[in-house]
Formats: sequence, C-alpha cells, structure tokens
Amino acid sequence: MSVEQQTDRISRLARDLRPSGIREFFDLVVGMDDVISLGVGEPDFPTPWRACDAVIESLRHGATSYTSNRGMLDLRVEIADYLLARFGVDYDPEEQILVTVGASEAVDLAMRVLLDPGDEFLVTDPSYVSYAPCVEMAHARAVAVRTRLEDEFRIKAGPLADACSERTRGLLFCNPSNPTGAVMRREHLEGVAEVARDRDLLVISDEIYAELTYEGTHCCFPTLPGMYERTLLLNGFSKADAMTGWRVGYACGPADVIEAMTRIHAYTTMCVPIMGQIAAIEALRHGEDDRARMVAEYDQRRRVFVNGLNRIGLDCFVPMGAFYAFPSIRSTGLTSQQFAKSLLADQRVAVVPGDAFGEAGQGHVRCSYASSISDLREALARMEAFLARLSAGEVTIEQ
Amino acid sequence: MREKILRILTEEGRLADAEIAERLGLTTEEVAETIGEMEADRVVLGYRALVDWSKTEVERVFAYILVEGSPEHGAGFDRLAEHIARFDEVHSVHLTSGSADLNVVVEGRDFRDIALFVAEKLAPTSGVTGTSTSFVLKTYKLEGRLMGETPSNHRLAVSP
Repeated sequence: MSVEQQTDRISRLARDLRPSGIREFFDLVVGMDDVISLGVGEPDFPTPWRACDAVIESLRHGATSYTSNRGMLDLRVEIADYLLARFGVDYDPEEQILVTVGASEAVDLAMRVLLDPGDEFLVTDPSYVSYAPCVEMAHARAVAVRTRLEDEFRIKAGPLADACSERTRGLLFCNPSNPTGAVMRREHLEGVAEVARDRDLLVISDEIYAELTYEGTHCCFPTLPGMYERTLLLNGFSKADAMTGWRVGYACGPADVIEAMTRIHAYTTMCVPIMGQIAAIEALRHGEDDRARMVAEYDQRRRVFVNGLNRIGLDCFVPMGAFYAFPSIRSTGLTSQQFAKSLLADQRVAVVPGDAFGEAGQGHVRCSYASSISDLREALARMEAFLARLSAGEVTIEQ
Repeated sequence: MREKILRILTEEGRLADAEIAERLGLTTEEVAETIGEMEADRVVLGYRALVDWSKTEVERVFAYILVEGSPEHGAGFDRLAEHIARFDEVHSVHLTSGSADLNVVVEGRDFRDIALFVAEKLAPTSGVTGTSTSFVLKTYKLEGRLMGETPSNHRLAVSP
C-alpha cells in the first residue's frame, strides 16, 4: 500500500495534528547512554508503598471490576474532603466530581463538552503540550495568551482581555505552571478572575501541581469571588503522590459540565481502572506525610538547581511551584532547539526546548529538577562545560 | 530550622554547612551555628555510616535481648539500664513497653560470643531477673534503608 493511500484514510484533523515537541525530543534521547535527563515530567520517587500495598491487598480480595463511571464514591468523597480541608473549596461528590484517566483525560473531555466548531478557547503560551491540541481536536481554535519572562510567565489581565473575541468560550491554564514553574498567587489571579467575569469565560484551572508550591500557599482558583460557578478545577495524583503510571486525575465543577463530561467518559473510557482508584483513596487517607516529605525534597533541589543555573550563567527566575526551572538561554545566541540538541549531543544532558510549549517558550529550556541532587549537580557541571566549550567555538551546533 | 537540618543530617549524614545552607535557603553561618548548638547540647550524638556487614569480610552478628529486671524505688530501671549500657558489647539499650522491661541490642563476632556475654555478664547482673535472646539472622531494612537492590527507575528519558 502506498504512503498516499495510507494517509488518505487518516482524517484531516489527525493528519494536521502535530506530535508533541517533547515526543520528538524523546526519540533523540532513546538509545543514548550516560544521559542525565532533566526532561522528565514526573517524580523520581516511587509511589509510596502504602498505596501499592493497598492495591496488592485489594487484588487478593478480587477488586478487579468496573466502577461507577464517575469513579468510586469512596474516592469522590475523599477528594471532596481533601479539597475542602486543603484549599477551602466545596464540591458535592455525587454530582460535581468526575474521576478521570489523569488530568489529561479531563482536559480532552472538557473541550468536547464546552466547544462547538469555530469556537475559540484561550490557552497560555507557553503551556502544557496537550492543551492546544485538545482544543483543536474539538474542532475549535486555540488562541494563545502570551506570557512574558518579565512577568515571570504569569497571565496578565491586559493580554488576556485582548485575546478574547465573541467566539471565546474560556481559558485553560496550569497553576503552578508546567513548563515554567511559575506560580500565580491570589493577587495575580484576581486579574484573571476579573476578565473571566467581564467576558463570561469558563476557566479551566489545572492545579495538578498545587501541592508543589514553595514559600507560601497555593490559591485555588474557584475560591476567588464569583469564580466557583465558572471554574472547572483539574487535579490528580500523578505529581504530589508520585502516581504517574496509575493514571488517576479528577475534574470538579458545575454539575452540568461534570454531567456532560461523564456521558462522554462513560462511552469512551467507562471508568478509571479500579487499581488506580484504590491507590488514590489510600493516598488521600494516609498520604499527607509522604507528600510533605517529597515536597521538602523538591524544595531543596529547587534551590540547589536554580542557584546553579544562575551561577553558570543561565538566567533563571526563581520558580515557586511544580518541579521545573525555565532558564533563559538567550545569552548563548542559540535557539531553544539548537541549545537542547547541542547540549544533548555534546554533554549528554537532556532538557526540553522551550518552544515545545509554545512560541513564547523560545529562548528558554525546561529543566525538571525531579532528580537526585547528585544528578542535578552533575548536570550543572556538564552544562557549565557546554557553555565554556560553546563560547570557545568548540561545540558543533545541532539544528 | 532545627527540624529541617536534622532531617538532612539523619537522611544523608554530615553534609557541608554550605551545602545544607543552599538547600534550605539559609546562610552557612546559620547552619554552622545551629549544628554546633545541637552537637553541644547532645541533640546530635554523632555521625555514622550505615553498613551492610554481611557484604564484608568482617564477622559481626547482632542479637536482640529482652531483659526483665527488678525496678528500684524512685529510679525504676534507670540504674540497671545505665549499668548494662556501659558494656562495649552493648549496641543500644531501650526501656520498652511489653513483656520485657529493657530491649538490649548486643553485637559480637559470632553467636557464641554473644551467648557467652549474656551468660557471663548480662544475665548475672544484679537486678536482672531474666533474659530472652533473639539472634539476627538476616537484615532487610536498617535505619530506614532497604538492604537489597535499589528499585530500578522506570521513567522515560523525556516526558510531558
């Protein structure tokens, strides 16, 4: 069968869908030895054993069935209790919470239920790689809201309002941010809330990194005045509970939106695998100390790594959340792609080019500090060697 | 600040003051001063390596010995425990709840070494009314560290 015939049977939408810049970079790294990877968007800690033990025990007792489409009621009740106690936001576990296959599935479902063809949805630039494609897969247009280094990549009310049109249905953003590690505190979020009120936007607040907020407390978007009714809150267990592979996230919000998302979820996914849900229940009931231990560890790595970046000459604002640093590489004169590929080839350190997350990420690279301090120090030493070799003209620039 | 520093010291040993300071966002002087105080106050008793002796040529065995004793008026088991603790063979001594009164960890070159210590020194000690010895045959976890292979890291090299 010719390539042409093969592509003919693929829909226009799928043909136009570009693979994520992260995946492209992954292909380059595969097969290389001795790579220190700062390209990893997941904890280096294994899932706390209590959660694994709960699942092993549940398997012995035959817990291998489907669950309610919305997720086990026990889990939804635990989620509701946690959100109320931790962030002061109150959801009804019967009608306002849907357990999803990671927060990723929730983004997809939300776009399908909120958008009609031709609608627009605002997505911050830079942002997590799946946001804009999920808008496009719903036959709508993703409109970038550019954020700037000068504002530490926080959303400002001016550019946000400017990006709105009559077709704009809402805004999707991640706080704390992947890829920048930026945190929007209450005072920063108030500007977003004001535009949301004025322009009647539905706000999808992806707070998957909420627990990973350093030096201060996380502000949960729906707790802002007037925002509860117009916010879809996303969270999950991948980051704070080191449960990426279990694939458990959740969406909370107005009952009509959750109900519509549940209908699609029921057809496409049925339910999140019960093992993951059981692990999540255990994480919520008994995971507080484990979360605190991991957050304290990330906080130490954050200081060491960000200090190190600035010391070797890669300017980096101090990220207050998640486990990413987003240093500027403009001083090298290279593009993000050139920097990341040349660094990988020359020193075997993997970072993700900032433009994989949007045009505003150009001139930056995303470095995850979810690695041991010894690995971070070794990566810094290699990056320093790279910069020295680069200014001596000894590095072959990879395109 | 003490708690955060202690967490690092107990997890990773005596790191340099500057290293601890950078990790915790403190000054090197603050760290040096705090650790100095804790050492002087005997909050920190020392810094040791955690060793899996079974992987070395060194012969070293341990036993848990549950000791029953007769308490003294007004002092309980303190004098007995402090007496037992003075023996070099004794690794640690705890006053415990449960069937015995003291839990004593003893180390020796071999089982016989320990058995003789118990028979000749520990059991005859004035105030000891009974002992029950359990030899350590294999160690699975020591001071918070697993003894076996560290679990492999399954993470992809690059992920979103």
